[in-house]
Amino acid sequence: MTPLVSAAPSLADVLTAAGTIPAPKVDYFAVSPLLVVFAAAIVGVMVEAFAPRGSRFRIQVGVAVLGLVAGAALVGAVAVDGRVLQTAGSAGAAVGGIVGAVVVDKPALFLQGSILVLSLLSVLTMAERTVESGGPFTPQASAVPGSPAESLARRAGLVQSEVFPLLMFSVGGMMLFPAANDLLTMFIALEVFSLPLYLMCGLARRRRLLSQEASLKYFLLGAFSSAFFLYGAALLYGFAGSVRLFDIAQAISGDSGPVGKDPLLLLGIALLAVGLLFKVGAAPFHIWTPDVYQGAPTPVTGFMAACTKIAAFGALLRVSYVALPGARWDWTPALWGVAILTMVVGAVIAIVQTDVKRMLAYSSIAHAGFILTGILAYSRSGVSSVLFYLLAYGFSTVGAFALVTLVRDAGDGDAVGGEATHLSQWAGLGRRSPLLAGLFTLFLLAFAGIPLTSGFIGKYAVFSAAVAGGGWVLALVGVLASAVAAFFYLRVVVLMYFSEPSGPTTVVATPGVPVVVAVSVAAFATLLLGVFPTVVLDLTQGASAFLP
Amino acid sequence: MPWLTLIGAVPLVGALAVWLPFTPAAKARVVALATSVVALVLTLAMALQFDVSTAGEYQFAETYRWIPDLGVSYALGVDGIALTMVALSAVLVPVCVLAGWNELDPEQSKTFFALMLVLETFMIGVFAARDVFLFYVFFEAMLVPVYFLIGFFGGPNRRYAAVKFFLYSLFGGLVMLVAVIALYVQGPGGPDGFLTDKLTGLDFSGTATERLIFLGFFLAFAIKAPMWPVHTWLPDAAAEAPAGVAVLLVGVLDKVGTFGMLTLCLPLFPEASKWAVPVVIVLAVVSVIYGALLAIGQSDLKRLIAYTSISHFGFIVLGVFAMTSYGQSGSALYMVNHGFSTAALFLVAGMLIARRGSARIEDYGGLQRSTPLLAGVFLVAGMSSLALPGLSSFVSEFLVLVGTFTRYPAAAIVATVGIILAALYILLTYQRMFTGPKRDYAAGWRDLDAREAFVVAPLIAVIIALGFFPKPVLDVLNPAVERTMQQVGVTDPEPTVAGITPAAEGTTP
Repeated sequence: MTPLVSAAPSLADVLTAAGTIPAPKVDYFAVSPLLVVFAAAIVGVMVEAFAPRGSRFRIQVGVAVLGLVAGAALVGAVAVDGRVLQTAGSAGAAVGGIVGAVVVDKPALFLQGSILVLSLLSVLTMAERTVESGGPFTPQASAVPGSPAESLARRAGLVQSEVFPLLMFSVGGMMLFPAANDLLTMFIALEVFSLPLYLMCGLARRRRLLSQEASLKYFLLGAFSSAFFLYGAALLYGFAGSVRLFDIAQAISGDSGPVGKDPLLLLGIALLAVGLLFKVGAAPFHIWTPDVYQGAPTPVTGFMAACTKIAAFGALLRVSYVALPGARWDWTPALWGVAILTMVVGAVIAIVQTDVKRMLAYSSIAHAGFILTGILAYSRSGVSSVLFYLLAYGFSTVGAFALVTLVRDAGDGDAVGGEATHLSQWAGLGRRSPLLAGLFTLFLLAFAGIPLTSGFIGKYAVFSAAVAGGGWVLALVGVLASAVAAFFYLRVVVLMYFSEPSGPTTVVATPGVPVVVAVSVAAFATLLLGVFPTVVLDLTQGASAFLP
Repeated sequence: MPWLTLIGAVPLVGALAVWLPFTPAAKARVVALATSVVALVLTLAMALQFDVSTAGEYQFAETYRWIPDLGVSYALGVDGIALTMVALSAVLVPVCVLAGWNELDPEQSKTFFALMLVLETFMIGVFAARDVFLFYVFFEAMLVPVYFLIGFFGGPNRRYAAVKFFLYSLFGGLVMLVAVIALYVQGPGGPDGFLTDKLTGLDFSGTATERLIFLGFFLAFAIKAPMWPVHTWLPDAAAEAPAGVAVLLVGVLDKVGTFGMLTLCLPLFPEASKWAVPVVIVLAVVSVIYGALLAIGQSDLKRLIAYTSISHFGFIVLGVFAMTSYGQSGSALYMVNHGFSTAALFLVAGMLIARRGSARIEDYGGLQRSTPLLAGVFLVAGMSSLALPGLSSFVSEFLVLVGTFTRYPAAAIVATVGIILAALYILLTYQRMFTGPKRDYAAGWRDLDAREAFVVAPLIAVIIALGFFPKPVLDVLNPAVERTMQQVGVTDPEPTVAGITPAAEGTTP
């Protein structure tokens, strides 16, 4: 086979014929947000190499924040400009972005914008150094837990700052993932955003072994799922003769033979779906979620929970709405099963969790199930509802995990201990810190889908899309799972407010400005999207059509 | 003038004022009382401008786009039934604020009164909503303040009661959510597709569709009301809640269930409602008898009152689904009357429990001699509860039974047994708690003090006034009921005995 020089394999023929490599047509303006974020990541690497140790942390935070803000501004500019989007009209022809490989359409822009905003909040929670002078990350990740090297690093007051360039690479990959227009680009994006995440999971300052275990588990299982994805992509290439999503769709519509669909296609879809469903944390590919969410440093968990979901669901949307609509009747029943299983497993198993991070992990699984019902609606309102849900859930989840970082074991003297994530340690928190408990309750109510919070509008939107698409069974299972889920959210509320404090072993740390800002924005957004969702709903409805 | 928005906003602003850190804790109750009285005055001012001749139409209507993408409007308006329910809420909240005056230490009282006022906003909103989505939002949002009120300030078993209450209601509400979505899908859609007007008289795509959607709504309302067999949360919640909260919970919140049946289920799903009548009638009669029987067996005063309410809600549902104008007028009136008489019972119970420190009936006795005024109030409220002629509940219970008898004589006859059982549970309780020789435990007790008199006096006054002269309220209710009857497409059955027309105390509509 001729080597694939460009992401578009049809170019291979051109290559051998002409003997030259034609430059791919790139609309630099459309991909400028991606370029800025990756540039910030590279600058971050440089800073790590050249900046003096004392100022490194601050510079890194500054670079990351600047990169994200500039990226978000550019996303806004591209969206307002509209030129890119209009040239991208005709099917399969030149589209904004990089010809064939990347498509910057309205859903992609909305998803990129959401990822950037939520990453910005996550960076703020990662930059927290008021609670602990070293921040939430281990000073030297390579040191064996408990070894002299580790305590040496801690005593030397080293501060982890590589996490910021890693984060920026990950964000860049996430932005590329839902904008990828062929399966190879999609795979590259998957790896670009996953590999830094695997690393970041292992960076927790405390409970190092748990953190490293999380990292290793995530890496091994993630590598498996990537392999599934790649194999699926290969089979689809075998079926369609192209990895372009649009070509696959064309091949499917031309494949309506009397004997049913080509087994290559069906297998390819199944394997591809495994890879994507793993990333969104849908059952039965959810096993990694609780361990990784628990072991990873909490700010990283918040980032993963919010942004990985957006990127992965974005890619799932694009694959299912652009590449595979022709084979819809073949894969929808399976996805129905996955959605129902995900909702039920997430809601039911969360009931028995005793660790707040594990509980939120199972809750995120249940939410993945709710979002799947929106995807299965197979309509523009389905896409719109999923986009809204992802953003709303992202805000609440970043806020909730940021609050988790503040509830600490009492340490020696003034120093705080590690995070007190066992639920029993949260007892009576409402009396000790009414503000923290109040905000956490707000996020829990949003997760439970109580009206006047963003969670309710999100749930309403996905379920109404599902019912309108004939999936009232999905909606019914969804509301029943929500009722079950409400039980464990309420249990935390009961613990915080109606139980006696567990003693002086738990303290609530006073956060620094970045965390205060992040939590305030998250809480404000949770309320705003619940009471006046129109602004965002208009955006998502305008952004609900994928370009092929 | 946006009357309804104003009436709803005043308590919300008051709640914020109470809750803000710089409000001194000792002043919280004053602010709460003041705002709830302002809301009451505004409600009365609005009621005076209500045009009784068109009480079947929505008045004081306000309609704004809220979430056009989802078809949701911010639409308020009241017909006769909604007006009386808004008025009931507005009257009971200041009474309950006054009842909770000294119950809590100042720090806690800020939270308590703020939550009470937030609850008032949601209650007024739910009764005034003319948009199904808006109704649902208030219907669900109400759970949160009540949950915290029970969980923070309730009795020893409050955690269990609060969670049970929340989960029951949320389950019903979520099933209703699917029905709400399905209803919108069946409706005309568009940016204001959730307006009740647009969803009334729909041509459903199939009988089964209409019935399923109806069941979704009905289940939520039956849990809220509560009807047998989904009533089990109420005794726990009412017994654990502080008296003032129990009043609002049973007196107003649960009415949302029967209110929803009368003003949403029937007009929106006329065919399905008629289809469901036999089953609902049976469930209602079971509730009447079952609630009364269990009330007789209770040893806890507040649980007893809760079970009597289950019996009364049985009557209300019976009247609604009897599909006669007498029955429905009676039910609508019953909702008001039950609110007042149950409120009086709960509040007297609260006063007794505050003095004795126990809710067990057997811990009392002989109070007639130590605290005659308290005993008297309990007796009047109890008599109203058992529908003694001359007190308010009699009129409504009689109307319900007359209305039911013309169509379902068997159900009416069985339900009448409920009245006899009511006499048992009220009189037996009175006997056990108030009659007999003076006892030592009550030696130093003061009788009704001035504040407590202010709490119960309005209730007793209303109970007696509506007992003798229910006409003003019925005049407001009847046109709305007539409209509902038209929307369902039913007419009163012709009297079968020549020359005798069923008439009740000159209240013929």
